[in-house]
Amino acid sequence: MSASQLANREVVVDVVDLKKSFGDNEVLKGISGQIHRGEVICVIGPSGSGKSTLLRCLNLLEQPTGGNVFVEGVEVTDPDCDIDKVRADMGMVFQQFNLFPHLTVLENCTIGQMVVRKRSKSDAEAKARENLLRVGLADKEGAYPGQLSGGQQQRVAIARALSMDPELMLFDEPTSALDPELVGDVLSVMRKLASEGMTMFVVTHEMAFARDVADRVIFMDGGYIVEEGAPDQVIGNPQHQRTKTFLDRVLNPTKVGQIGAEDEAHAARHQSVPDADGDGDSRP
Amino acid sequence: MSTVTADRPARTGMSPRKRAQRMRMIQYVVLAAVLLVILFVADWPQIQKVFFRPDMIEATLKQGLPNALKNTIVYTIGAFVFGLVNGTILALMRLSSVAPYRWLSTIYIEFFRGLPAIVVLIAFGLLPLAFPGMLIPFDPYGTVWLALGLVASAYMAETIRAGIQAVPKGQIEAARSLGMPAGTATRKIVLPQAFRIVTPPLTNELILLVKDSSLAYILGLSGAAFELTKYGRDLANTNANLTPLVIAGFCYLLITLPLSIIVRRMEARQKKER
Ligand SMILES: Nc1ncnc2c1ncn2[C@@H]1O[C@H](COP(=O)(O)OP(=O)(O)O)[C@@H](O)[C@H]1O
Ligand SMILES: [Mg+2]
Repeated sequence: MSASQLANREVVVDVVDLKKSFGDNEVLKGISGQIHRGEVICVIGPSGSGKSTLLRCLNLLEQPTGGNVFVEGVEVTDPDCDIDKVRADMGMVFQQFNLFPHLTVLENCTIGQMVVRKRSKSDAEAKARENLLRVGLADKEGAYPGQLSGGQQQRVAIARALSMDPELMLFDEPTSALDPELVGDVLSVMRKLASEGMTMFVVTHEMAFARDVADRVIFMDGGYIVEEGAPDQVIGNPQHQRTKTFLDRVLNPTKVGQIGAEDEAHAARHQSVPDADGDGDSRP
Repeated sequence: MSTVTADRPARTGMSPRKRAQRMRMIQYVVLAAVLLVILFVADWPQIQKVFFRPDMIEATLKQGLPNALKNTIVYTIGAFVFGLVNGTILALMRLSSVAPYRWLSTIYIEFFRGLPAIVVLIAFGLLPLAFPGMLIPFDPYGTVWLALGLVASAYMAETIRAGIQAVPKGQIEAARSLGMPAGTATRKIVLPQAFRIVTPPLTNELILLVKDSSLAYILGLSGAAFELTKYGRDLANTNANLTPLVIAGFCYLLITLPLSIIVRRMEARQKKER
């Protein structure tokens, strides 16, 4: 859809000058922007640039240290906000799936509905089955997460989030922990969701997905949004040097003469607090 | 340097493998010698009379053994259940964001881990005397449950705390991002996983409690409340014969050995799953 169409759409998430520091390490240095209903936004950028932190600030898994976040008109950064109610409307899909290992696939998809939405067990199961069908795992409802492949687990995680009937889905590198041959199924599910009109905010390194599916691509680096726009623009014809360098590395990963360049770039961005495990990810 | 290596077998006259073989041989010989000595020196008829006298076996089994076994189990289960509930509360307090809760639970845990269980038991036995009018319900059962449970809960609290902390942070994040309040996420998501992790160490705690229930004798139990140790000991005393005590000991093993085997199985399975 075109930018003018988008401009007329209802704003689902409004972010105003969002800042987040971990101690002395300022990870988000003032992020502003909006997510419109039905829009698919892909966030790209080098590791450690604050993509996960931005995503996690939207549903307050991280507490922002500055700025405001509004979801459906409700300010979640207001200390009096009932965050549980807002979170119920925002599906979240994690890099590491985070399925509940002590519950079956079906129970994973019903527990939130029953506990949070107060749906009856039969209603919750009907909704869960509908979503398991959507992600192509209707036959796995009795299995435990440990019995599934990574790709299947991630699709269950998507079904779990969808079962809450969210207004918006957040994805944090949903395919980064998967073996390459399992990535396709998860991306297909996400493509289908996008085509059905789901509002999606996706941190990803899958450039082909971003190019095909995203309405807008945001390139982040060093805690700022460096560049954003239509995928053809940002990925196809980047304007900033940092975007060009990043895309060059991602799209030509085996090009010679660049070993260590990313390490140096990373070190330069985080001189104060070096990333402990070096992967730039916030979770241990 | 190669000459040294070449020289070595010549000096000892034996390869390392041969030497190890001979060491094993010696160990078997020593073992056999000791067993032979015991076999010939020991007074077997006397040993049988003292530890396994047939009429004493019969008397022990017939009189109050079933009741004593039942009491041991009742003392143990009661203390375990109370300890588990109290231990869970203490573990949650230990992890609370409210500092005084953390202090209180730390003090409690250090206090009861530092005391011999028997001291606590004696104290609780004396409480009704010291506070006239005070009544511990289900005495003496209630007294044992309370005293042993309070001590056990200190150990269990540390185990459960470790179990809770072993549940990955992503689990609570996933639960919270579905909109579950913190308490619900703890109850529905974290605790069930934590308890699966701590089932083996908690079963070990149960085994310890089975044995500690023998301390109940200090309360000066009446016949109906005898547990295995008190029962076996009284019979052994009156008859100047150890057979009743041997049988009591056998009953403990009947409970604890299967539990040990279960623990080992669970641990092996958890190791595989990880
Ligand atoms: N919980 C945390 N505590 C301290 N530092 C963190 C935490 N989470 C993230 N960071 C730091 O914030 C920076 C950005 O992390 P993140 O948002 O995960 O980046 P990205 O997802 O783009 O790779 C990194 O330097 C990381 O070390
Ligand atoms: Mg990340």
